[in-house]
Amino acid sequence: MVRQFKFVLLAALFPVALAAQTVPPPVPESEVFSRESIGHALAEPTPQAGHTAASPANAPADDGQWSMPSKNFASTRFSSLTELTTANVRDLTPVFSFSLAVNKGQEAAPIVADNVMYVVTAYPNFVYALDLTKPGAPLKWKFAPRPLPASQGVACCDVVNRGGTVDRGKYIFDTLDGQVIALDAKSGKPQWRTRLGNINLGETVTMAPLVAGGRVFVGDSGGEMGVRGWIAALDENSGKLLWKAYNTGPDKDVLIGPQFKPFYAEDRGTDLGERTWPPQAWKIGGGTVWGWVTYDAELDTIYYGVANPGPWNADQRPGDNKWTAGIFARDPATGAAKWYYQYNPHDEHDYDGVNEQLLLDMPFGGKMRKVLIHMDRNGYVYVLDRTTGQVLSADPYGPVNTSRGVDLQSGRLIVNPDKGTKFGSETRDICPTASGAKDWNPTSFSPQTGLLYIPHENMCMDWTSMQVNYIAGTPYVGADVHMKPGPGGNRGELTAWDPVNRRPVWQVKENFPIWSGTMVTAGGLVFYGSMDGWFKAVDARSGNLLWKYKVDSGVIGQPVSYRGPDGHQYVAVLSGVGGWSGAVVSGPVDPRDGSAALGMINVMSDLPKYTTAGGTLYVFALPH
Amino acid sequence: MCSRCRIELPGAVLLVLLSGCGHSTHVMGQQAAAASVGGVITSSLVPGYSHSVSTLEPQAAKYYDNPQAVTDGKRLFSQYNCSGCHSNGGGGMGPPLMDGEWIYGSRLEQIHQTLVEGRPNGMPAWGGKVPDEQLWELAAYVRSMSLPQTLAAQTGNTPSQSPAAVPRDVDQDAGWSPPPDTTNDYGTLTTGPK
Repeated sequence: MVRQFKFVLLAALFPVALAAQTVPPPVPESEVFSRESIGHALAEPTPQAGHTAASPANAPADDGQWSMPSKNFASTRFSSLTELTTANVRDLTPVFSFSLAVNKGQEAAPIVADNVMYVVTAYPNFVYALDLTKPGAPLKWKFAPRPLPASQGVACCDVVNRGGTVDRGKYIFDTLDGQVIALDAKSGKPQWRTRLGNINLGETVTMAPLVAGGRVFVGDSGGEMGVRGWIAALDENSGKLLWKAYNTGPDKDVLIGPQFKPFYAEDRGTDLGERTWPPQAWKIGGGTVWGWVTYDAELDTIYYGVANPGPWNADQRPGDNKWTAGIFARDPATGAAKWYYQYNPHDEHDYDGVNEQLLLDMPFGGKMRKVLIHMDRNGYVYVLDRTTGQVLSADPYGPVNTSRGVDLQSGRLIVNPDKGTKFGSETRDICPTASGAKDWNPTSFSPQTGLLYIPHENMCMDWTSMQVNYIAGTPYVGADVHMKPGPGGNRGELTAWDPVNRRPVWQVKENFPIWSGTMVTAGGLVFYGSMDGWFKAVDARSGNLLWKYKVDSGVIGQPVSYRGPDGHQYVAVLSGVGGWSGAVVSGPVDPRDGSAALGMINVMSDLPKYTTAGGTLYVFALPH
Repeated sequence: MCSRCRIELPGAVLLVLLSGCGHSTHVMGQQAAAASVGGVITSSLVPGYSHSVSTLEPQAAKYYDNPQAVTDGKRLFSQYNCSGCHSNGGGGMGPPLMDGEWIYGSRLEQIHQTLVEGRPNGMPAWGGKVPDEQLWELAAYVRSMSLPQTLAAQTGNTPSQSPAAVPRDVDQDAGWSPPPDTTNDYGTLTTGPK
């Protein structure tokens, strides 16, 4: 409290000098709602009813590899390797590093299969294959896909790539300019390349494709460019398009048919993807798929989150704007929609629904339920019944004042009109901020502790909506945003969350938002990186810091762990700050403009004092 | 070198430059002369010694010292979604414009040329899409963002709200000048080989 007072006083004395380059004071604690007052569940916790874990179908026994970014279909990011423990992690040491030759935000997971490590970089999307059987892991091959340079100009938030996947002898990844490419994993020779995105419509591709059951699932980015969002399935062997489903427009384009059985009444009806918009607005209404697609091997279903509606100025698109800012369950073979749930009807705050979903079996209401857990940008941990799309519970894990919880009868978010955004007038202290209580960077789950390890943000914002014209291939935003720290002033948090008892167990505060994923091991360790360049291991049961290592640039990637050819456990991560939150370093962006990078600069203007742009693979092990 | 000339320079000048590529200093002299009568140069490096690295585009003249041009340019900057990438000059999807760093040149005619042609790393080509006069007004506003007068007028965390008119003298070609705060004798450099 005292520190906060000082901030305010200084700002009042030197408004001009400080305003442009100083991080604004945090939003007061009194501005946000308490967890107890807005968290809701259909039933009281019943932890005695069973043990939370992923099913063997979705999380098979660990083979010591890390062949897909999320580790397994359940997306637990849990390594069962036990050489590294809370007792010996202090001796963890770098064993080799590798320059990626790209100094932009590195969000990808290093992939390990058959003793080869694969890394894809931010634009220009180089792929490196390193031979782990030889000292220093020398380069086996490199592939340069040469995406169109102009694609950089339609990428909203740095030119990132969230990783590739090895399956059936191929390394499959995508490029910023909208290609999906399958390389022969041994030689690096392209097997097929399929172009799905059109940069002249503002479409790019940055997500990590999901490969499951002989199909490759890919979606577009460009929600800030007035694109019409879609997900597509390609044949894994040929790259041929199997189906493509839009997330706005008439039912036939959205692949909504007789199979579609949404849980809540408000999602039932004909052509809602057209009728919940002003005429034609759905054609440029966003609803992209730039986050995570998950495959449920038990139910033969894919789930994916849909991003924000466009433009950000919500006054230009009255209506619920379906099927944006929600989650679809689809048949992987045909794309036919099974169910849908909207996290944020008529989103007014850029709360994309694209964050990860973990597929777990969890005790709820006295019995084990097949659930899907999703940490939304809007600040809630959602526990959904993944067979039906019903919300079982929704509890805030970060600062929230845009809503007062989820009405579990209708399924609808209870919006707080005081924090709505309006044309021509500024709404102040909106929590969470546009990038959410958490952005794309994925959570991990340990079946040992039953806890989710959520890497997230503690930030709020001021927002003024403005009229915006649609011009294909240019931004379609219509908002002037200035972000600021949330209550307490720490912009980042690592929260260990108990989904059964619906509460945080411990929290680690970080000065900067956590933009890296987390990874948890059977040795009781949670790994994550900070934007100022520390790669850290904390105790999975207490959050106590056990080890840290300073890398060359901020970390916003996805840590992994694997068993090397020598039988030892390794941990790998990419450094290279950037992404939306790191644009002030990787941009370049001028920190004197608080509205720059969609308002992110206002809250990140001090990052250049802590780190510089970079891009390096780091691999660690115990001395052996 | 010449393949770059081909991309950046239009029509008549192109022919002269191409013919100059394989020849010696005599042709280089012609090249400098040709450049001074038309086209827009974005490079500050001109082969064959000459301190003149700029052109004189008569169309640019009326946008200097013109407060209305920068005000109109500010409005257009938002209308055409320039602000979506460059924010209020601080950048984002596109580079910052208020920082005084210019890859393709800071002169009004150079900024105008960038707007007309687009640039390879993501700047769209607006030529033929927007009335040319508006492109000049946009160029004037963009140039104004890094003027000391405009920067000094910033009162909060949103810059470029009170853009100053672009003074004619900021674009006067002063030739090559020694870096500021240096005391070396640069005489031979500024006069060229004897």
